[in-house]
Amino acid sequence: MKKNLGIILFVACWIVVAVVGCKPDPSLDPQQDNGGPVAFEVPQGWPQPVYTFQNNVLTQDGFQLGRKLFYDTRLSRDNTISCASCHQQFAAFSHLDHPLSHGINGLFGKRNAPGLFNEAWLPTFFWDGGVINMENQPINPIENPVEMDETMPEVIAKVGADADYIKRFKAVFGDQEVNSQRIFKALAQFMGAMISSNSRYDQYARGTGSLSAQELNGLTLFRAKCGSCHKEPMFTDYSFRNNGLIPDASLNDSGRAHITGLAEDMRKFKVPSLRNVDLTRPYTHDGRFNTLDAMLEHYRTGIYQSATLDTSLRNGIQMTDNEKQDIIAFLKTLTDTTFVKDPRFAEPK
Amino acid sequence: MRTKTKIWSMLSFAAMVALSACHKKDETTPTGKVKLEFFNVAGGSNLNLNNQWYTNANGDSFTVSRFNYYISNVSLKSANGATYTEANSYHLVQQEDLTSTSFDMSDVPNGSYSSITFTIGVDSLHNVSGAQTGALDPVNGMFWSWNTGYIMLKFEGNSPKSTQPDGKLMFHCGGFSGANSVLKTITLNFPQAIQVNTSTPHVHLQADVLQLFNSPNKIDFSNLMIIHMPGADAKSISDNYANMFTITYAGA
Ligand code: HEC
Ligand code: HEC
Repeated sequence: MKKNLGIILFVACWIVVAVVGCKPDPSLDPQQDNGGPVAFEVPQGWPQPVYTFQNNVLTQDGFQLGRKLFYDTRLSRDNTISCASCHQQFAAFSHLDHPLSHGINGLFGKRNAPGLFNEAWLPTFFWDGGVINMENQPINPIENPVEMDETMPEVIAKVGADADYIKRFKAVFGDQEVNSQRIFKALAQFMGAMISSNSRYDQYARGTGSLSAQELNGLTLFRAKCGSCHKEPMFTDYSFRNNGLIPDASLNDSGRAHITGLAEDMRKFKVPSLRNVDLTRPYTHDGRFNTLDAMLEHYRTGIYQSATLDTSLRNGIQMTDNEKQDIIAFLKTLTDTTFVKDPRFAEPK
Repeated sequence: MRTKTKIWSMLSFAAMVALSACHKKDETTPTGKVKLEFFNVAGGSNLNLNNQWYTNANGDSFTVSRFNYYISNVSLKSANGATYTEANSYHLVQQEDLTSTSFDMSDVPNGSYSSITFTIGVDSLHNVSGAQTGALDPVNGMFWSWNTGYIMLKFEGNSPKSTQPDGKLMFHCGGFSGANSVLKTITLNFPQAIQVNTSTPHVHLQADVLQLFNSPNKIDFSNLMIIHMPGADAKSISDNYANMFTITYAGA
């Protein structure tokens, strides 16, 4: 009988948990430095994310820990480079005006740093899709000799020696142990929560804003000429394609084939989202185009024929000068100024 | 009142089963341990890192500087057909760290067991489930960060036949999906059944490094000296190492 009572209490507890769990969670608060679970809200009309926070429940504390790590130069060997060195908020977390990434000791990598937003929807990471889970991504820049050139044991030692971090690890994980899994989960909380869904295009799509006649014409043209790969609402279908760039012999980047080893994937790269594209120049995996005009001119006159070129681009993409300008006008409506100024994602004070 | 209590306890039992992913062991069955010990050898001799020459089936001489592999999802089959599978069963055996070459399986229900089954490598689910810890922590150097997935078996050494700088040999075997998956699940019978009870039986598993290069795919180090990504080469080595284990002892 006494045992049964215990069980009843146990069940009652679960019911309380279930009921409380149904109450809407608070949203992330930039001012607040601690707190429990926060809601991850899928913007209206968007697909479900790939990264669901199922094994890494999004909390105010976890998010803030990830944010601190993201902006911490101690993640690099000589304490000079943070994630944010190459992923700048005002550039939608890309590296403005840096064709190739620029890391420790002034060394250059061989790819352009993409913007970071809506990461929870990415089925794969990097231009070649080599990384499958967001939590496994940060080890690459941290240990890459031309990026942060640090080792995880060293990062763990530096973080574990900092009183503020110790406090935060305790709050998030229940005890102060610092290990790679916890660091990666915290970074995933921060990056996963970075949603960009408030561009003028989004406001138009939600019926709360309008676009000019030129922008609307650009949208119609975009849907017809570009939408098969840069698919709404994420502005990518996340596939790997060769869009006809002339191979750069000095970089000799095989793209997706580097991961799969398949000849049919030679020089295919992940279709990038075009959200915030006006802020993320220069463009393409090696940052070869400095302007949207140059990028579009590529589609019109610059297609390089090769065995793996996407069949839809064999004849390039026809557009008049006016149509090109309209498409560019439309692309600029994809800039989310709320996102790039969002204090939640800014460097912590 | 009594029936109400009964209903509550039934409900709560159902809730517990539904809500707790972990399998609660039956309190009434006494359990014990089994000690697994791995012995890495090269043919007839113990494996010594760095300072001993060995010869593969092709006649190529070589040395070994590193030999690591994952053993996961270990299960034991009892004489009456029931299977016991170790929980959270991921182990990294590293020749350079002798504390890693043996481990205890605990909570094994008492009884008589006739065979052992395990995977050489890490199951595909744990390759794609995000950041892991313990044996699966990427700090162990057994995870490809640029091309997600575990290195299931890592062999490094040198051979005069290799045309790499310093005659380097590097076989990092991984790949968890498709035709070139290197995952191998093997079952080995014990010479005689082991008895799990108050005393802990020992099982000795011998892994022969020569078998990596022997059969069915005989390796010539002048043709194959480096593997650093999934593919047909890694697959062919895995077809070989699937045969590298033998049980040399199982008993008290
Ligand atoms: C030296 C510059 C540099 C630093 C520092 C850096 N990154 Fe990056 N980041 C890049 C480049 C370049 C790429 C693209 C690499 C590729 O595709 O091969 C990238 C890609 C990414 C991606 C994949 C995005 C996508 O769309 O696939 C994520 C996520 C990311 N970085 C997060 C981080 C985090 C977290 C850190 C800090 C731990 C970090 N980066 C540090 C340059 C950098
Ligand atoms: C066949 C698929 C396909 C079509 C159609 C297509 N693109 Fe792309 N786009 C890609 C791929 C793939 C890349 C990345 C290529 C690379 O970096 O190697 C890309 C890159 C871009 C970029 C650079 C983004 C960045 O952040 O670096 C822009 C801008 C762009 N495309 C705009 C357009 C526009 C506008 C159209 C229509 C006129 C269009 N694309 C049509 C596949 C396509």
